Amino acid sequence: MTVVIQMLINGILLGSVYALLGVGMSMIFGIVRLTNLAHGEFIIIGAYGSTLLSLALGVDPILTLVITVPVMFIAGVLIQTVLINRVMLQGSEPALLVTFGLSIILKDALLLLFTADARHANVPYSTATIRLPAGLHIAVLDLVVFAISLATILILTLFLRYTYMGRAIRATSDDTAAASLMGVSVRRTYGIAMGIAMATAAVAGLGVGMRWTFYPSSGGDYLLIAFGVVVIGGMGSIPGTLVAGLIFGLAQVIGGANYGMLISYLLLILMLAVRPQGLFSK
Amino acid sequence: MSEPILKVEGLQAKYGDFLAVESATLDVPAGKIVSVIGANGAGKSTLMETIAGIHKPSAGKVTFKGEDITGMPAEKLVLRGLSLVPQGSRCFVRMSVEDNLIMGSYPKHARARVKESLDFVYQLFPVLKEKRHQPTSSLSGGQRQMVAIGRALMAWPDLILFDEISLGLAPAIIKDIYARIREINAGGTTVVLVEQDTNRAIRTAEYTHVMLKGRVVLSGRSKELGEEEIKKAYFGL
Repeated sequence: MTVVIQMLINGILLGSVYALLGVGMSMIFGIVRLTNLAHGEFIIIGAYGSTLLSLALGVDPILTLVITVPVMFIAGVLIQTVLINRVMLQGSEPALLVTFGLSIILKDALLLLFTADARHANVPYSTATIRLPAGLHIAVLDLVVFAISLATILILTLFLRYTYMGRAIRATSDDTAAASLMGVSVRRTYGIAMGIAMATAAVAGLGVGMRWTFYPSSGGDYLLIAFGVVVIGGMGSIPGTLVAGLIFGLAQVIGGANYGMLISYLLLILMLAVRPQGLFSK
Repeated sequence: MSEPILKVEGLQAKYGDFLAVESATLDVPAGKIVSVIGANGAGKSTLMETIAGIHKPSAGKVTFKGEDITGMPAEKLVLRGLSLVPQGSRCFVRMSVEDNLIMGSYPKHARARVKESLDFVYQLFPVLKEKRHQPTSSLSGGQRQMVAIGRALMAWPDLILFDEISLGLAPAIIKDIYARIREINAGGTTVVLVEQDTNRAIRTAEYTHVMLKGRVVLSGRSKELGEEEIKKAYFGL
């Protein structure tokens, strides 16, 4: 019984990071109707940003979010408005190819700048553990990343639900022409949506850097996880992304190092066959 | 005729090679109700969408409150006081009734008045207040039209274009919605009604324009236009 509960705890802690990996991608799919193949690289840039800044400034990696989140938000707005919005006029396929090209360029740029060495964001509590009754335990690091993930998803949900810009983003995702009749500039909204997606990638990158080692080429792995989470949860649905992240996390923990990914992607195939719109999408 | 709030001169709109509006010329006097009638495919909806900035014109000129607004996108026209209630209501179906209405006050000038605007809309359509927390996907067709009208009113427009507002609705609901449109007009807002229900449009509007095959072929005071004359223009006899 203890083993099962421990697996459940670990699965939920891991799943929250998976949800965070997917939430930005899900947003872009839901609003801009674009599969952003560069999302994995965005996450890795966030991981490098937090890791290197915390080393340079001698602060906890979490504090670097004060810099990485706004910087990546602005970068996202620029990428969308200067690059993707322009090609989207030609249809969604050219935009998809642009994100593919962007992913290759960013990966190679990271390799050039930071070499292929493995990196990791160091925190003083990296080995600390909280002991619970009945032999259960929680790693402090995992708990901190869990809290960051949930807080990010909660803030995003509240932003989308209660602010004018959040409503404009949801309205644009429903009907672009009707949104423009309300005074919403669709292209500007796309820019802000990409900015927010990149800001979530900055936080996801911090989580990746704190929990695992990463390389310039790690983006592809995280893109795959994000993609799985987005498809299972329903593209564009934030609650769906959260639930799918937890399912993916539990599947990973149950399958262990050997079968974790296999079980996760079998689930993905099953979902595509049975309910291709995902759990929470209508 | 009082000073026109909207002037459309030789407006042309295409979908690819298809000429949906060939050349439309009409005036809308300020503070009045004006109807645009015509058979299916006459180009009425395309004309409205082109005036409201959803569709780009390929020729012609549109002047609103003395300013040339030809080709200006919808999001800028709302700020200037021109709103369109599109055909089929086009509510944001995944959002609640109240969120749909609040979206209507997205333009900066309307945000400060959002509470006042909500009260006004709920007074006009009390049923929307009861259902304010429900998603619009759960509403009837008539209630969705009410949301679409309310949403447009939230921006306090000077001119509202209603595109086929009665399409698919029960007669009792249409009667109620038309009563509300008269109230809106009595408050000082200029109204353009695009209708297939010719009789109702002519009864409601002070001025009528008849469209045929992408052109405005007859214009005048509704009371002065003869039934025969309208029929001929409508069917191109």
